[in-house]
Amino acid sequence: MNIVYVPRDTASVSVGADIVAKKFTTAGFQVIRNGSRGAAWLEPLVEIDTPDGRVGFSCVKPGDVDALINDAFQHEAPHLLDVGLIKNIEYFKKQTRHIFAKSGEIDPLSIDDYISHGGFTGLKKCVSIGNQASVTQVLESGLRGRGGAAFPTGIKWQTTLDAVADQKYVVCNADEGDGGTFSDRLVMETDPMALIEGMIICGTSIGATKGYIYLRSEYPLTKKILGEAIANAYQANWLGDNVGGLNIQFDLELRIGAGAYICGEETSLLDSLEGKRGMVRAKPPLPAIQGLFGKPTVINNVITLASVPDVLANGAEAYAALGVGRSTGTLPFQLGGNIKRGGMVEVEFGHTLREIIEDFGGGTLSGRPIKAVQLGGPLGSYIHPDELDTVLDYEKFAEIGGAVGHGGIVVFDDTTDMAALARFAFSFCEAESCGKCTPCRIGAVRGGEILDKIADGENVTENFALLDDLFDVMEVGSLCAMGGLTPKPVRSILKHFPAELGLKQGVET
Amino acid sequence: MSLTKQTDYGTPEIKPATYGDTLDYVTANIDGKQVTVPKGTSIMRAAKQLNVDIPKLCATDNLDAHGSCRMCVCKIEGRRGMPASCTTPIEEGMTVTTDDADIQKLRKGVLELYMSDHPFDYTNGKITANVKGQQIYGDCELEGMVAKVGLTEVRYGFEGKNHFTAEIDTSNPYFQFDGAKCISCMRCVRACEQVQGSFAITTAGRGFDSKIVAGMNEGFLASECVSCGACVQACPTDTLVEKSVVEMGQPDREVKTTCAYCGVGCSFIAQIKNNQVVRMIPDKDGGANDGHSCVKGRFAFGYATHKDRITKPMIRDHIHDPWQEVSWEVAIEFAATRFKDIQKKHGRKAIGGITSSRCTNEEVFVVQKLIRAAFGNNNVDTCARVCHSPTGYGLNQAFGTAAGTQDFESVEHSDVILLIGANPTDAHPVFGSRMKKQIRAGAKLIVADPRAIDLVRSAHIEADHHLPLFPGTNVALINALSHVIATENLIDREFVAKRCDTESFKAWEDFVTLPENSPEAQATIIGVKAQDIRAAARTYANGDTAGIYYGLGVTEHSQGSTMVMGIANLAMATGNLGKRGGGINPLRGQNNVQGSCDMGSFPHELPGYRSVADDEVRGQFEAHWNVKLDNEPGYRIPNMFKQAIDGNYRGMYVQGEDIAQSDPDTQHVEAALMALDCLVVQDLFLNETARFAHVFLPGTSFLEKNGTFTNAERRINRVREVMPPLTGKHEWEVTQDLAIAMGYPMNYTNSAEIMDEIAALLPTFAHVSLDRLDKDDGLQWPVNDAAPNGTPIMHVGEFVRGKGKFFVTEFTPTTEKTNRKFPLLLTTGRILSQYNVGAQTRRTENNVWLEEDVLEIHASDAELRGIANGDLVKISSRKGDIALKAEISERMQPGVVYTTFHHPESGANVITTENSDWATDCPEYKVTAVQIRLTNDMSPWQSERADTVEGQRIIQVQVAE
Repeated sequence: MNIVYVPRDTASVSVGADIVAKKFTTAGFQVIRNGSRGAAWLEPLVEIDTPDGRVGFSCVKPGDVDALINDAFQHEAPHLLDVGLIKNIEYFKKQTRHIFAKSGEIDPLSIDDYISHGGFTGLKKCVSIGNQASVTQVLESGLRGRGGAAFPTGIKWQTTLDAVADQKYVVCNADEGDGGTFSDRLVMETDPMALIEGMIICGTSIGATKGYIYLRSEYPLTKKILGEAIANAYQANWLGDNVGGLNIQFDLELRIGAGAYICGEETSLLDSLEGKRGMVRAKPPLPAIQGLFGKPTVINNVITLASVPDVLANGAEAYAALGVGRSTGTLPFQLGGNIKRGGMVEVEFGHTLREIIEDFGGGTLSGRPIKAVQLGGPLGSYIHPDELDTVLDYEKFAEIGGAVGHGGIVVFDDTTDMAALARFAFSFCEAESCGKCTPCRIGAVRGGEILDKIADGENVTENFALLDDLFDVMEVGSLCAMGGLTPKPVRSILKHFPAELGLKQGVET
Repeated sequence: MSLTKQTDYGTPEIKPATYGDTLDYVTANIDGKQVTVPKGTSIMRAAKQLNVDIPKLCATDNLDAHGSCRMCVCKIEGRRGMPASCTTPIEEGMTVTTDDADIQKLRKGVLELYMSDHPFDYTNGKITANVKGQQIYGDCELEGMVAKVGLTEVRYGFEGKNHFTAEIDTSNPYFQFDGAKCISCMRCVRACEQVQGSFAITTAGRGFDSKIVAGMNEGFLASECVSCGACVQACPTDTLVEKSVVEMGQPDREVKTTCAYCGVGCSFIAQIKNNQVVRMIPDKDGGANDGHSCVKGRFAFGYATHKDRITKPMIRDHIHDPWQEVSWEVAIEFAATRFKDIQKKHGRKAIGGITSSRCTNEEVFVVQKLIRAAFGNNNVDTCARVCHSPTGYGLNQAFGTAAGTQDFESVEHSDVILLIGANPTDAHPVFGSRMKKQIRAGAKLIVADPRAIDLVRSAHIEADHHLPLFPGTNVALINALSHVIATENLIDREFVAKRCDTESFKAWEDFVTLPENSPEAQATIIGVKAQDIRAAARTYANGDTAGIYYGLGVTEHSQGSTMVMGIANLAMATGNLGKRGGGINPLRGQNNVQGSCDMGSFPHELPGYRSVADDEVRGQFEAHWNVKLDNEPGYRIPNMFKQAIDGNYRGMYVQGEDIAQSDPDTQHVEAALMALDCLVVQDLFLNETARFAHVFLPGTSFLEKNGTFTNAERRINRVREVMPPLTGKHEWEVTQDLAIAMGYPMNYTNSAEIMDEIAALLPTFAHVSLDRLDKDDGLQWPVNDAAPNGTPIMHVGEFVRGKGKFFVTEFTPTTEKTNRKFPLLLTTGRILSQYNVGAQTRRTENNVWLEEDVLEIHASDAELRGIANGDLVKISSRKGDIALKAEISERMQPGVVYTTFHHPESGANVITTENSDWATDCPEYKVTAVQIRLTNDMSPWQSERADTVEGQRIIQVQVAE
């Protein structure tokens, strides 16, 4: 038994996994570079096989390697870093893993591993039941876009299937730019074939023979892993003219963005993919009808597409049985900010936000009380501690003015300067606005300036009124969610923390 | 102000995807009014049809909707939010509100944001001079918007982040870009892409830092910008503004007229202040240009008032004498006396004249009438002789008319474009942009040209096939293409059987099928691989609609007429005539070359291309003109030169053409001109020809003319007097005076009367009059009982001559061949910024783009001769030699060199030969065998010219009559 598993994903590598792996290799071990299981707080999590299953050693530093080899791997007595059987770790046990079921278990680049863990079952099902039935499965599963907008995936697919064209496209939005989110990266690095299979299923279902993954430039390791996975898939005929011998054609190309947050907005992404300046397009026309290069295009987020193999393999009914209300299936939540146990947690919809933060995340890292939680990325509302028992369900969060979005959870403790966070909302919009529409281009700048004036005590009443008008202009007048949602976090701070902005009472706007 | 803003519908008109398809219509309700529009029409456009002006800044109807300014928001019943009316299409049954309190509030809010970066004085409703103290030039739509929306204050103040101190780019000679006034609407960027197709402007940075930049942020002049003016036209603010407006202020009067540069014939609105043109605005209603323009028409009009302009008549006894300014009467009398004396001594045929393709139809008509009626002979020719005479001949033979078969709009329906020997992006830029648009939309492009012209590969354009043939092998190529079509079963037999003369078709088919015409047999002669020729032929033949466009690269050869007929064969064999998107389209060089030919400028034809030998036709003219006409053809230009040198031809009236610079074999031309006893030149400037003249009759620029030009698509466009003639007389009046002095009475009182006479005598012009054109400008002849509204596409259903006739086009190589002494082939052309002999463009700021003619040469040919970029080289042909600077160019293929003839001191035509087209004598400008070597001196001809040119242009200061 000379095999050791050392994860290769960005998070693990950032805490020294590569050096650890090298040490094991030097010591004569066969190192399998699996991917993180999402418990970033345990990385690098080194694993070995035992008759009972994988046993893990957490937070392994290069200096620990010799001790592990000479000591921990030999004896049954628990080592300091020994976390025991992986399957018994509470953090994983309590999760409902479908998308990330294979992550950590497999070598992300091994197609054999992928197949032996059930890979391509969904695709085969898709081919056997045909395109309309496959789209119907997705429709009936209730799967919704995981990028943030939560639009029903099946409707997008059906629209594209119904569009008549000589060429259609599948585009994967892997421009994961929201601060505090990383589930796209994690799946691409730990189980890239799941995404590839999801895209082939999508292409086969809607009649597209070509797909593109638009990956943000800030993920160089993902680029490498995904690039190798695509090459392997071609090599093994799981991409190309006769995918898996199933008599279907699908080609896939990886494209790298150029560092613009706005290119995560689907129409900007399409412009960028076409080689143009990434700027938001007006809708209509919908990308499903006139998308990439003017052709019908399904553009879905990584997690959406990676969810699809499971939907097809186990059927729409099984998927729809997961979750709550109109929020079916599972969502990988990402815990970040001031949190004890940061990482990815895949659960069904229906848990409360508090459960995720406290049961999985273990509360704040500082140990201080939570002051606010930003859910759904930088354009999401700040959630007040009083609202932490809200059930994670798209509709429930909409009711309290929040958004589940891409599932990013950023926790702040009671030392946080909320005025600075409000100011940041505008700064972020100012930095990332594409500049096309006026409310966003100029509004973001003026919004920040108004907050500065308020902070200086300058015409506070008038400036609050102006800010309120500006919110309306941005929300109603902006071309896309960038400008349209920027007021959202600020409004939530005005509502919950008015005093920090110099207001006597909360403003419900 | 009498300036009328042209109607802007905000978004483009919806047209059927395929010509002739019917559109689906939808009916909706806007602000309580019903409107029915083609499906896909924007709310904004539909509203405008109801005269509802929705506020807008980023929308304009020649650009795709952008949806960025957010001023045009509206409400749609049953939908959330306020969508932009420019990007939202009307749907059946939709109920739209374009104005209510919510909408007003949002518009006000958006405009308030705009104005926070544009200081504004709300008390007088004017944008204030900003921190740089700049003036506002009055084109800015923000001002109007403030009033319309009712914005009364900017609560944000003006202390925040702003662009007040953004730099002004003044690098372009004609317009400036002031970043402080920019609202980031990207209308300029989009115009550059969608209208012009240059992709020279972009937005750098993002968000508030978004900044419009030219090229790689290198300024407009250094960028790929071609200075077409589309961005200036598109800009809704004063950001991009003509420097003339900055200097002179807003114009106060405007006149619609037609450009006097190339054969595209763009319609313009001349905007004037105190009888001075401030700017030329491309006319959106112009049939030829649809509101687009190029650097020449849009900006290069300053020559009309250049200091070199001669406005007083002048005479001199001898060409080495100084000129003497005289009265019109004296000049006319002087010319008439000399002409009459010549005829007395040397016979009726010893004088003649040349009409100008730069002048109006009316002016040309009167000159040819002067020659036929007053001179009593048919010694009239025109510069078409040296450009498109083979077009007239070849197409007339095949179809029965001497003109292109399509309108320009036709190209927007072409699946395949075959471009032969033409460089539209330089020589016919506005049409070139239209062609590029169609190529970007997916049309396949085949370019047959020795050079890699822009269309072979440029921004978002790439030819599917480039056939870089050796100059002089056109006919071999057309035969090889035809061979493929005939032998690969690509002939449209149904079309041929129904529409064409079967006997001549059979002869042609037998001929092109011969093995010696195969691409394989001809490949080494043509210099293009056989498989490339085959592939191109298949692409052409397999297009549903394939249009052929060609230029002087077809006609200016010893087999120019053969090639034109070969092109006609090819188009007929593939059924590409009589339909939109197909056809044969000669891109004619000069603004009125079509018209000057139509008006009877050829020695063997009366107006309307009717033989002088035809008694019935001649009888009509004789009756109308009340004079006996000669029934024998007169001299062509080359004959005139030869007869002059032989002493038989001694007097000549040259209207607006610089034969000494533009005609081939300059030394021969100069010898002929020097042999004349009386040369009368009517021109704007003391041009090269005027060096040899005895009488100079000052002409008028297009801005002073009244009449018509006919462009390459047979479109008769109105030319209107923008300012009174600087000479005090219209050109036709001068010609008329000369006719009277010669003893033939003419009594036109205006150009409308001349057009009436033309309409009476030309069956194809029967329904044309200046009055009619003032109502329906831009009719395309024939305009008569059969086609009262003109004829955009010719030969629909039937050819003018009945059945289309095929001709066997045997390839006969030119005698101008390379050998050890002259191993390279020189071919000539033109560039965008200069026009023809440069008489106009050289007298404008266009010189910043080309100060002198250069010799383009391939790197290997240069290296072999030790030539580096910018070296002075001697170009020697069998005719003579000149010196030019060399420019090593990737456009060239080894063995072929290229130059332009825009500058007289270059003397490109010193080296061109006397070879010419067998049928029409059109000179073979495009093929000259040359040798190139390094030199450090001007050629003898150049030195001689430099020594004498000033002497021949001295004007003696007038003392007394």
